Amino acid sequence: MNAPAPIGHQQAPDFLLEIENLTVSFDGFKAVNDLSLYIDRQEIRVIIGPNGAGKTTVLDLICGRTRATSGSIKFKGQELTKLSENKIVLAGVGRKFQTPSIYDDLTVFENLEISYPKGRTVFGALTFRRDAAVIERIEEIAEMIFLKDRLHERGEFLSHGQKQWLEIGMLLIQDPELLMLDEPVAGMSVAERVKTAELLNRIIKDRSVLVIEHDMKFVEDIAHRVTVLHQGKVLSEGSMERVKSDPKVVEVYLGH
Amino acid sequence: MTLLTKDRFGFLARSELIGLVVLALLIVVVLPLALDIFRLNLVGKYLTYAFVAVGLVLCWGFGGILSLGQGIFFGLGGYCMAMFLKLESSSVENTKIQSTPGIPDFMDWNQLTSLPWFWQPFKSLPLALIAVVVVPAAFAFVIGTAMFKRRVGGVYFAIITQAVAAILTILIIGQQGYTGGINGITDLRTLLGWDIRTDHAKYVLYFVNAALLIGVLVLGYFVRASKLGRILVAMRDKEDRVRFSGYSVAGFKTFVFCLAAVLAALGGAMFTLQVGFMSPSFVGIVPSIEMVIYTAVGGRLSLIGAVYGTLLVNAAKTALSESFPQLWLLGLGGLFIAVVLAFPDGLAGIWSTHVAPRLARLTKSGSSTPVVPTGSPAE
Repeated sequence: MNAPAPIGHQQAPDFLLEIENLTVSFDGFKAVNDLSLYIDRQEIRVIIGPNGAGKTTVLDLICGRTRATSGSIKFKGQELTKLSENKIVLAGVGRKFQTPSIYDDLTVFENLEISYPKGRTVFGALTFRRDAAVIERIEEIAEMIFLKDRLHERGEFLSHGQKQWLEIGMLLIQDPELLMLDEPVAGMSVAERVKTAELLNRIIKDRSVLVIEHDMKFVEDIAHRVTVLHQGKVLSEGSMERVKSDPKVVEVYLGH
Repeated sequence: MTLLTKDRFGFLARSELIGLVVLALLIVVVLPLALDIFRLNLVGKYLTYAFVAVGLVLCWGFGGILSLGQGIFFGLGGYCMAMFLKLESSSVENTKIQSTPGIPDFMDWNQLTSLPWFWQPFKSLPLALIAVVVVPAAFAFVIGTAMFKRRVGGVYFAIITQAVAAILTILIIGQQGYTGGINGITDLRTLLGWDIRTDHAKYVLYFVNAALLIGVLVLGYFVRASKLGRILVAMRDKEDRVRFSGYSVAGFKTFVFCLAAVLAALGGAMFTLQVGFMSPSFVGIVPSIEMVIYTAVGGRLSLIGAVYGTLLVNAAKTALSESFPQLWLLGLGGLFIAVVLAFPDGLAGIWSTHVAPRLARLTKSGSSTPVVPTGSPAE
């Protein structure tokens, strides 16, 4: 369970995501400082660390929301630091935000439909048709995220946990090769956490997942490998067992 | 009747189709029968503003992009039409008393001796009609691309559109020899030899205008029902989520802004034809804001509500300013405050929350239409 996933293809020994010497500086403050991080295909990597360690900033940098001061981010060999946000999505990177970010005024069905990877240009959106394949795919995803019987409910009427699932579903329908989740179980009940872990374990089959999480129990449940960030740098990296017993990690993060 | 049994007609919901039919009956049958040609021509003028209001519903109501400068596009459309009509009425024999015959009178008064280059295309009606659509669309595209690519939005965008409206007004007034200045382009007479000042012509233009407006509404419903319509609402809600779902938000915003501009320009062109002149007083800040008020009164989420809002506000304006001219501006301001505070969804909101349920109870037709909280049409 906790072992790193083997690299999928023999002819592709490279990593899915290679971050090298990444630095971002906000008015001299280096939120991310000379960071290097490599993520395998089909790996679940969890990033943990104290507040202000730069965890969310790393995700922002990968998905193009924040521009790097220096360094490189390569996704399947393609440099992401120069691409616009929507191009990064088209390359195969999906991102879930910390607070549930769904469209309150649209139904669950419509929320999922917007993320369906077709009709993303102006003309494409005008001529997009809701055909059987679209409906089938949306129903399949809705089933997976436990919202099958709420397809025609408006987003704003969902519970907090359901909104988080819906956003995960919106990413799934996009079918990204790298899925980034920012605190997916924050604010969820115990029962919802269990279901979310189950959901994540089911959806990682064909992709890599990069998760930021504080809930240690949850991290232990899902992580293949854990990276601990501190002050914008990697403090420790490896299996959960190894990271937990690392004295540096205990001191800055787990100790208290 | 299938009208009572089917739920959707292509992209139109049943209630939307009924709303369109009722509106069409009102403006094509009832009003022409009830009003004399002077009043009907006034209604025709109001309906040209409704084009702008419908565009604002798409751009502001659905897309969340408040433009306080729709007068720019109304004016550009109107001026493109007026330039063609002016050239036609400035034939050499009509203007032989001028020192340079064959050019518009205001150019002659301003010591111009030849037609400026940008007036040349307006000698041809097809080119002028193309310009009615292309000039405002291109202008909106430039403003939209410049603003939306830099992520300028919300109130900043509104202020910039307002500034552009003010600048354009000053430009038109200042360049008197090229634009007719503060008086605008006046004394328009014929369209390809057909006198547009007769009562008969006014009737014909009224019906053309009404048909065009219905067509624009159908187009609006098409956009609303497409995936693009839902993306607009999604952008209004969570712009970042749309961006990180792989869409170019700037591209979609620019599109809807251009679409609203083209609709406004169609209204402007029809205005020029029906009223017989175009002037900078329809371009600037005040008319632009008035157009936003029409939309707000009608309900900014209702395409058809925008038409009723425009008709109602303008009817009130005419009635009030005929009897108490100094009170109108106070009335308009009061109306806007009342709408914002008490009826945020305008007439359409009043209809869908108060009138429609009561009507349904009265008729007890058995068909219980679900109350949709947003985007429900006024009729």
